[in-house]
Amino acid sequence: MTDKNHPTPMLDELENGPWPSFISGIKRLRDEHPDERIRGVNNSLLGQLEHSYETRKGYWKGGTLSVYGYGGGIIPRFSEVGGEFPESKQFHTLRVQPPAGNHYTTDMLRQLADSWEKYGSGLVTFHGQTGNIMFIGSNDENVQHFFDDINEYGFDLGGAGPCVRTAMSCVGAARCEMSCANEHKIHRSLVNNFTDDVHRPALPYKFKFKISGCPNDCQNSIERADMAVIGTWRDHKQVDQAEFKKYVGEKGREHVIENIISRCPTKSLALGEDGSLIADEGNCVRSMHCMNVVPKAIHPGKEHGVTILIGGKRALKIGDLMGTVVVPFMKLDNEEDYERIVEMAEDIIDFWAENGLEHERCGEMVERIGLVNFLEGVGIKVDPNMVSEPRQSSYVRMDGWDEEAKDWYARQTVAAIDKASDAA
Amino acid sequence: MATQMREAIESGCPDGFQYMHPLSVKNFGQWKFHTHPRPGVLMHEAYSGDQLWTVRCGTQRILDVFTLRKLCDIGDDYADGHIHFTIRSNVEYLIDDEAKVAPLIDKLEAEGFVVGGTQNSVAMIAHTQGWLHCDIPGTDASGVVKSMMDELIDEFRNTNMPNRVHITTSCCQINCGGQGDIAINVQHTKPPKINHDLVANVCERPSVVARCPVAAIRPALVNGKNSLEVDEKKCICCGACYPPCPPMQINDAEHTKLAIWVGGNHSNARGKPTFHKLVASGIPNNPPRWPEATAMVKHILKAYKEGARDWERINEWIERIGWPRFFEVTNLPFTKYHIDNWRGARAKLNSSTHIRF
Repeated sequence: MTDKNHPTPMLDELENGPWPSFISGIKRLRDEHPDERIRGVNNSLLGQLEHSYETRKGYWKGGTLSVYGYGGGIIPRFSEVGGEFPESKQFHTLRVQPPAGNHYTTDMLRQLADSWEKYGSGLVTFHGQTGNIMFIGSNDENVQHFFDDINEYGFDLGGAGPCVRTAMSCVGAARCEMSCANEHKIHRSLVNNFTDDVHRPALPYKFKFKISGCPNDCQNSIERADMAVIGTWRDHKQVDQAEFKKYVGEKGREHVIENIISRCPTKSLALGEDGSLIADEGNCVRSMHCMNVVPKAIHPGKEHGVTILIGGKRALKIGDLMGTVVVPFMKLDNEEDYERIVEMAEDIIDFWAENGLEHERCGEMVERIGLVNFLEGVGIKVDPNMVSEPRQSSYVRMDGWDEEAKDWYARQTVAAIDKASDAA
Repeated sequence: MATQMREAIESGCPDGFQYMHPLSVKNFGQWKFHTHPRPGVLMHEAYSGDQLWTVRCGTQRILDVFTLRKLCDIGDDYADGHIHFTIRSNVEYLIDDEAKVAPLIDKLEAEGFVVGGTQNSVAMIAHTQGWLHCDIPGTDASGVVKSMMDELIDEFRNTNMPNRVHITTSCCQINCGGQGDIAINVQHTKPPKINHDLVANVCERPSVVARCPVAAIRPALVNGKNSLEVDEKKCICCGACYPPCPPMQINDAEHTKLAIWVGGNHSNARGKPTFHKLVASGIPNNPPRWPEATAMVKHILKAYKEGARDWERINEWIERIGWPRFFEVTNLPFTKYHIDNWRGARAKLNSSTHIRF
């Protein structure tokens, strides 16, 4: 066997050092796997990868490939150097949606491994930057068989191409005391409403949902999602004063002032003479810092909901964009609330599908047409929480001012009534 | 008649509750607080009094099925049979009993995995596909990360940075690795080399023209063939034309470099989220171990560790000391390339007399 192995002098260097080596793993598949097909695929793969290391170039080309009835979900890879490395000349990735929150049992992981050994290379990543399980390395014929296998026990392909993409959500309420939302339910309610748009790419470009349970935003949703849904609270944070005083007693006043009080971005905290926490709740922006430092004493409030931001994305084409607040606060207490958020996502995607240019992300469209045109298109009213500051330029036509002002006061009245009925 | 094809079940995203640890299901949304007993371990306590212990460990991320099965076996023998993956591809074992923590850690370390990555550590580097699988990569991803984690393993295992450090890498300027406290990203420095024989057959030319962020591409007849040409004076060498048009090769063994960006922070903790900013470029793309890039990352980490106060992420540290001081303490050159000229650039210039001497 060994004499048929492609030499890998550069890759061998990556077997040194204390961190686990992916090269050692690929070599194990090449040398020890009982299936000759898998041994051959991994030998070819190592050969091509070594060739890339030597020449500093990639040699995979894309193409068009999916499973029966779908238009996406697979990243086709054909080798440009398949003549030299024939056994991995087709090396497609299947993007598979993980269970919301990335929870698995060992039994389910083994079942996935069994299916993958039948039809793939034996290499897998939990998870790619898209949030998918990446089953790396199958061929034209086997992608269908592998999909059929895992689809029977509950797994489905994720998005690839101009479509609704696989969503991501943090561990959230399953483990974290900061969670202010059922990330799990939001995640599945949103993305599973769009399975047709996940599987059949027909949108201007990609559209991503990411859900974080609190403003720590462990899912990077503001910077990476077209629609970011982030748990938050509307009432006062909960402070266990006895526990806080204990912390002050242990660490000392100076430490607490330096590390908690003075770090509040809106200067909403003070330290009482008795070691209690004095909080100006009307000025708390949910920056999380005080509770991140003393999770045992400070906790999010009880009136949970979500903030929604639209339009985050990375560089291509007009540069990085963060999401913009379009819903400062929305409750997600009952099924009607979940229907509302799903309808909002539908309205946003429909409007963007109608008005976005080819290869234009939702945030780029908002940049091009202006936030107000977007809000009017999807039926959302303006709110001062959407801006960091009002307009500076006078170059705008304002002859609708009186109607807008009247509308604002009318909405304020309705909001006050709603809040009063919530409290009642 | 053709063989009947199987109809897909469009089930979408699976329900995670069926795989979740029973204590997570029982105490869903009812957690009270957490502690950090040691690096790599978290203890979450619920209002019910239940305690859920998490042991986090780093892996090679590109898993072979042997390694995946080994992680499963460890999960059965030393944990409760439930595995959770973090956004940075760490494996987490959730367990219901403190007594199981130490034996699990010993087993993971004995099998070559690395327990850590919590709190104020250098977390596992978020990375992309690279030469192993991507169609447009300027560099490898897994190899860069393996090389760096070999040298940052103590920072992963311990929690003695001022705050957590998220490092990301990306193999092209699309930057799938995302924002990072430190980001190591490919930076091309020369315009694409065009194979005019192939463009007409391979590329949808109007789409390629539209893809260019600076309108530097136009249709052209070259040697009697329909092709595309690039105005090399306008070209910013971003590589955006390469994915839709592979004959416009942007990758180059010598001229594809690595750049380092710092201060990206996705969290709303204390300040608002921030994007990373350029600090160094021209770093050679040097497989198999990329020593120059790793040395630069360690150099910046050292300055941060020495200079930052507790809880300051890299962006907050630099915000406090100012960019001139950052370039001073790191002894990195400040060049004309650091001054932004993209849209919104004027807002990034200093329009005040606030200057530190």
